[in-house]
Amino acid sequence: MAAEEKFTPQTWPESPEQATLEGKNKFLGFWLFLGGETVLFASLFATYLALKDSVPSPDHALAKDLFELPLVFLMTMLLLTSSLTSVFAMYHMKNYNFKKMQTWLFITVMLGFAFLGCEIYEFNHYVHEYEHTFTSSAFGSAFYTLVGFHGAHVTFGLLWIIALMIRNAKRGLNLYNAPKFYLASLYWHFIDVVWVFIFTVVYLMGMVG
Amino acid sequence: MSTIAHTQKRGFAGTVWDYLTTVDHKKIAILYLLAGGLFFLVGGIEAMMIRIQLAVPNNDFVSAGLFNEIITMHGTTMIFLAAMPLLLGFMNAVMPLQIGARDVAFPFVNALGFWLFFFGGVFLNLSWFLGGAPDAGWTSYASLSLASEGHGIDFYVLGLQISGFGTLMGGINFLVTIINMRAPGMTYMRMPLFTWTTFVASALILFAFPPLTVGLFMMLFDRMFGAGFFDVAMGGNTVIWEHLFWIFGHPEVYILILPAFGIFSEVIPTFSRKRLFGYSSMVFATVLIGFLGFMVWAHHMFTTGLGPVANAIFAVATMAIAVPTGIKIFNWILTMWGGSIQFTVPMLYAIAFIPSFVMGGVTGVMQAAAPADYQFHDSYFIVAHFHYVIVGGVVFGLLAAVHFYWPLMFGTMLSEKLGKVTFVLFLIGFHLTFFIQHFLGLMGMPRRVWTFLPGQGLETGNLISSIGAAFMFVAVIVLLINVVVTQVKNVKVGMDPWKDGRTLEWAIPSPTPFYNFKQLPLVRGLDPFWIEKLEGKTEMTPAEPIGDIHMPNNSFTPFMVSLGLFIGAFGAMYHVDDKGWAIPVLIFGLVVTFGSMLYRSIKDDHGYHIHKEELLDDANKGGTR
Repeated sequence: MAAEEKFTPQTWPESPEQATLEGKNKFLGFWLFLGGETVLFASLFATYLALKDSVPSPDHALAKDLFELPLVFLMTMLLLTSSLTSVFAMYHMKNYNFKKMQTWLFITVMLGFAFLGCEIYEFNHYVHEYEHTFTSSAFGSAFYTLVGFHGAHVTFGLLWIIALMIRNAKRGLNLYNAPKFYLASLYWHFIDVVWVFIFTVVYLMGMVG
Repeated sequence: MSTIAHTQKRGFAGTVWDYLTTVDHKKIAILYLLAGGLFFLVGGIEAMMIRIQLAVPNNDFVSAGLFNEIITMHGTTMIFLAAMPLLLGFMNAVMPLQIGARDVAFPFVNALGFWLFFFGGVFLNLSWFLGGAPDAGWTSYASLSLASEGHGIDFYVLGLQISGFGTLMGGINFLVTIINMRAPGMTYMRMPLFTWTTFVASALILFAFPPLTVGLFMMLFDRMFGAGFFDVAMGGNTVIWEHLFWIFGHPEVYILILPAFGIFSEVIPTFSRKRLFGYSSMVFATVLIGFLGFMVWAHHMFTTGLGPVANAIFAVATMAIAVPTGIKIFNWILTMWGGSIQFTVPMLYAIAFIPSFVMGGVTGVMQAAAPADYQFHDSYFIVAHFHYVIVGGVVFGLLAAVHFYWPLMFGTMLSEKLGKVTFVLFLIGFHLTFFIQHFLGLMGMPRRVWTFLPGQGLETGNLISSIGAAFMFVAVIVLLINVVVTQVKNVKVGMDPWKDGRTLEWAIPSPTPFYNFKQLPLVRGLDPFWIEKLEGKTEMTPAEPIGDIHMPNNSFTPFMVSLGLFIGAFGAMYHVDDKGWAIPVLIFGLVVTFGSMLYRSIKDDHGYHIHKEELLDDANKGGTR
């Protein structure tokens, strides 16, 4: 099979993710999928903005009472860095350096888990300190749905990258799995971009707006 | 696994297994046609029940509650489970052949899309047997649907969610196929109009379905997990549902009508024996309609109270859509002008479509005038309008496509005689049913009303309308008889059965080989097959020597992924009733789905090759397998 052909760094094509027709199709299809995902998150953002601070009674916590920038800043740094490390991983993928790619992917995954841990702590904090829950107000529903959808995407991305790393650990890179790694990293970038908007729209605008 | 014989399992069970696991776009098209046809009949029976109930005043053929369920299921079934899958079926059957591709870009995803749609549709319709169907209208406005008791709305939310995922995947698949898989020489501006409309409709699917997904998730969270998106007492806002639904819902009607436009744009040149008039303006108009389709959703909400500025903007944007649509209408007429017209059944539908659809378009512009819409809103005038565009446009298009593409899909030709009987009955029935409803609406008959009183001038109109519906019902029965008779006789008609095929799908042997093209064709212009015919050739000039062809393997995984969501949906739904088994079932379903996805991810699937020698062998045996 052409897709399982063994390569050396010299024979490895310049854009391995698009070297086969299957790879080209996946590349384009995934970009289009991310276009749809953008509309999905746009709808969630619009709903959040419409329902921000919409609570049934005045004693409910509002955005300005809840958010603490230091924690969110840490989460932002973790996720932004993980995006950078996934770029390093793809750099090594393009240079046919499987070991280094796996290493950087591992660091990416670790950063992702750290982010997820912070998010779980954060949600737990809001629920127990402020009684700001999914069912306490429309604001709560909108907040946990938007940020939770992002968190679910992070979780899925982590499981995806781990599955790819374990599946391919023994056999290294070929033109069949190169597009798979590339798409997982694209997905990871997308998650990162969404977080930048969440950081701005939910947290920064929540503190000052 | 690498021989042609591998696809030829014998016996009934073998055939069923073949269809359960197929990734071939031609077989998936047949599956879409079967499932969509089945749901079309279900929706049609619901329509008949509506018209029987409304035939005479003070009727109690069905109860008011059941009537609400019937109208909801009629609308939902016809839009999501009949019209769209039938169109997706024809896209699958025709589009890859029209661009000279051996398959779609993602054959596996294609199968997954079908099974998700199918299980979503079955789930939705199971509501009839499990405590009652949804009853808040196909738009399911939040304040009404949150108050609806029982599980009807839950079936609506979960069923549409599952089938919506499938449609979204279908859309992405078609986009990539058209961008990446065109044959040599098939430039964008040489693509047949049906391919173009498939392309634009797929782009609409990609950007219109996510808002529906979000809206359905919110409804699901509100109803099943105690969220407060639409609950005003919790600070929620019920208008959010209206926005999300119509940001999806308006593009949805273009997702339906554009492929129908594409079908007519194939039928009319073929039977006028003339190239399509104004090809580039047709393409431009298609893209423009697709674009404007996203700018007009609030015209469904003129009476919601968004204010005069919003209403004015959306009114003007809505009227603007009449311009590209008008361009198309004139192009079709001018294609026929001076042509040598053959009045075959597909052509009859195309000719009947033009005035019928224009009438629906004109009432659409009337409603676009926001102040006038306050009068039309929620009356039978609206019912008349959207049935004129959806039946007069989409259903006529589907009926034309059934007759036109039947030989391509099944190798046989539907009877023209019975086809004409269907056409005449359906055309008369359609206008009889819906034309009078404009006036019923203007006289004040509200939409979705269960019954009406005598002595208010509504009796005659409603009776005429119901008689018309019976005509359409008989027409569909005749069509079914036509299908059965044709398939029992099983007279194969061979390649290019209409004799005047212009595009690539008519240039391949019948039945279509499962690899479609032994050699990819060289496309030398618009209507490539017609160009070859003008030079006296009977087949396409190949663009490559005969070589190995790469084919995807069949897979049962799409079925399992969809089945998992189907099972999980029951868990999510009955969790509200504090049933102990509900959450485990939900988790089990999701494990099946994600487990199947993981299996797909880690199990290598390289497909197989058909070798050159087998293809040559095949050719010696007469070109078919």
